[in-house]
Amino acid sequence: MSALLQLEKATIRFGGLTAVSDLDLQIGRSELVGLIGPNGAGKTTAFNLITGVYQPTSGAINFDGQSTVGRKPYQITKRGIARTFQNIRLFPSLNVFDNVRAVFHLHLHGDVRHALWRGKGYHAEEKSIAKRVLELLEIFQLGKFRDEPAKSLSYGDQRRLEIVRALAAKPKLLLLDEPAAGMNATEKVELTRLIRFIKDKFQISILLVEHDMKLVMEICERIAVLDYGVKIAEGKPDEVRANPKVIAAYLGD
Amino acid sequence: MRINASAMAFSSSFKMNFRHAKSFLLGAIALGLLASLFADRINPYWLFIFYDIGISIVMAVSLNLINGYTGQFSLGHAGFMAVGAYTSAVITNQFGDLSFFAANGIFAGALLAGGLAAALAGLLVGIPTLRLRGDYLAIVTLGFGEIIRVILQNMDRVGGARGLSVMHGWTNLFWTFGLAAVTVYVVASLVNSTYGRGFIAVHDDEVAAEAMGINTTKYKVTAFVIGAFFAGIAGGLYAHAKQFVTPGGFGFMQSITFVVMVILGGMGNTVGVILAAILLTLLPEGLRQLAGYPHLGWIGETRMIIYSLLLIILMLTRPQGLFSFKKTSAPK
Repeated sequence: MSALLQLEKATIRFGGLTAVSDLDLQIGRSELVGLIGPNGAGKTTAFNLITGVYQPTSGAINFDGQSTVGRKPYQITKRGIARTFQNIRLFPSLNVFDNVRAVFHLHLHGDVRHALWRGKGYHAEEKSIAKRVLELLEIFQLGKFRDEPAKSLSYGDQRRLEIVRALAAKPKLLLLDEPAAGMNATEKVELTRLIRFIKDKFQISILLVEHDMKLVMEICERIAVLDYGVKIAEGKPDEVRANPKVIAAYLGD
Repeated sequence: MRINASAMAFSSSFKMNFRHAKSFLLGAIALGLLASLFADRINPYWLFIFYDIGISIVMAVSLNLINGYTGQFSLGHAGFMAVGAYTSAVITNQFGDLSFFAANGIFAGALLAGGLAAALAGLLVGIPTLRLRGDYLAIVTLGFGEIIRVILQNMDRVGGARGLSVMHGWTNLFWTFGLAAVTVYVVASLVNSTYGRGFIAVHDDEVAAEAMGINTTKYKVTAFVIGAFFAGIAGGLYAHAKQFVTPGGFGFMQSITFVVMVILGGMGNTVGVILAAILLTLLPEGLRQLAGYPHLGWIGETRMIIYSLLLIILMLTRPQGLFSFKKTSAPK
């Protein structure tokens, strides 16, 4: 089976600095992969390469059989990669319901003319979208907040809403950028359960960038470790944990 | 039951519940038609103020799509108005006296042409500039407005700085309020649709919007073109109400007046912006009237100072917009 996402020697340089160097990474279908590394190792840069925020200086990135190089972030999202952000980026002036609804424009059949004419087809489509948004919110116990402004939710709920919003794009691959940042121990346990649940329920691949080793070791099937933009190890959680290079990178030589 | 609840959710984030959009549109147009039948009984002074109000509503509501909902700070709205005013005036000036139906038909065509010319100008300005943000975009649109003004000033064919006489006073209550209703309908329908939530997403967070599959450039250009189109229509109405246009009438200060209406009404609040457009059009006139009373003559000279002071006080006391009644959230 071919991999869903495949990075081959992906490299990006900013002036003299090589932020990510010759990165090879594969993510299979319905696989949960972790990407870890000390601060400044290039994890978020790798993320931005995959989502099209940055273009690789050299190397190839293929998703679902097609190259994503040269594509804009919104085009890559349309192809099936959705993400969350390290520092939560919801749409603050929209309520919970509309934060998710805004993403549904990806699945619209009509365009501007549809919205302006407001015919039968428009109303039917809006109704069906409303139903699907509420279903999605209910799955994650956010239905009760649907009319609240997104910024009024608790931190954990905002994180969850951001994941729901990403799922609304119907991705094949979900990228989670440090979802446990700023969470307490209880919330982390909850998050672990949530990520497992998403993978089972939606049958999608997940790439997790995370600082919290315990969380990553617990849920990821495979882990890649970055240090100074270079992949220094890859394998099952136990293998990575025992790898002397990884220990050196985290604890210093 | 669920559907009802979700319909409530649509309306809760932005004031307007737009479920009966078409009834609103038809009702407003019928009302405009009815009002225009009684127009000859209205004091002409007031009639012209009504035209001003209708035109201000078209301008402010269309600018609100750009500045309020989409969050792109444009200072060139009067420039688009000028394009529409001159285009439509040049067209109608080709015709002599016409029958009622022919006149209204030609007028409708000229207004549409003015709108399309302004929309084209919006597209030409929008595509290269909308990658700029905030202050930078404001400066570029400001420059665009000035360029339009200077070009018109130097075009002898349309009278240059002396201005252009418009032969036909075809603007009436039906056209002004009918087209104001169309503007409100289009803007409110857009932003209340799933498609249109993208405008607000762009306003809130461009990076997140792009990551959620929203083509931010396309959305910004769309807002710009639609906004410019209605500014062009408003320009046509203006030209055929005043029957005289000068480049100076579409300067930077005019743009600022419309921006003030949008801010005062509460950015991204269509009802508020309509009320602000009415208030700010009436205010200078009201002060002018007051100055006519004994012992109040001083208001005449200080009218614009009072106007400016009122704006300062309003902004200090109601920064969220005069007509925005959303619950204020706790400061971050």
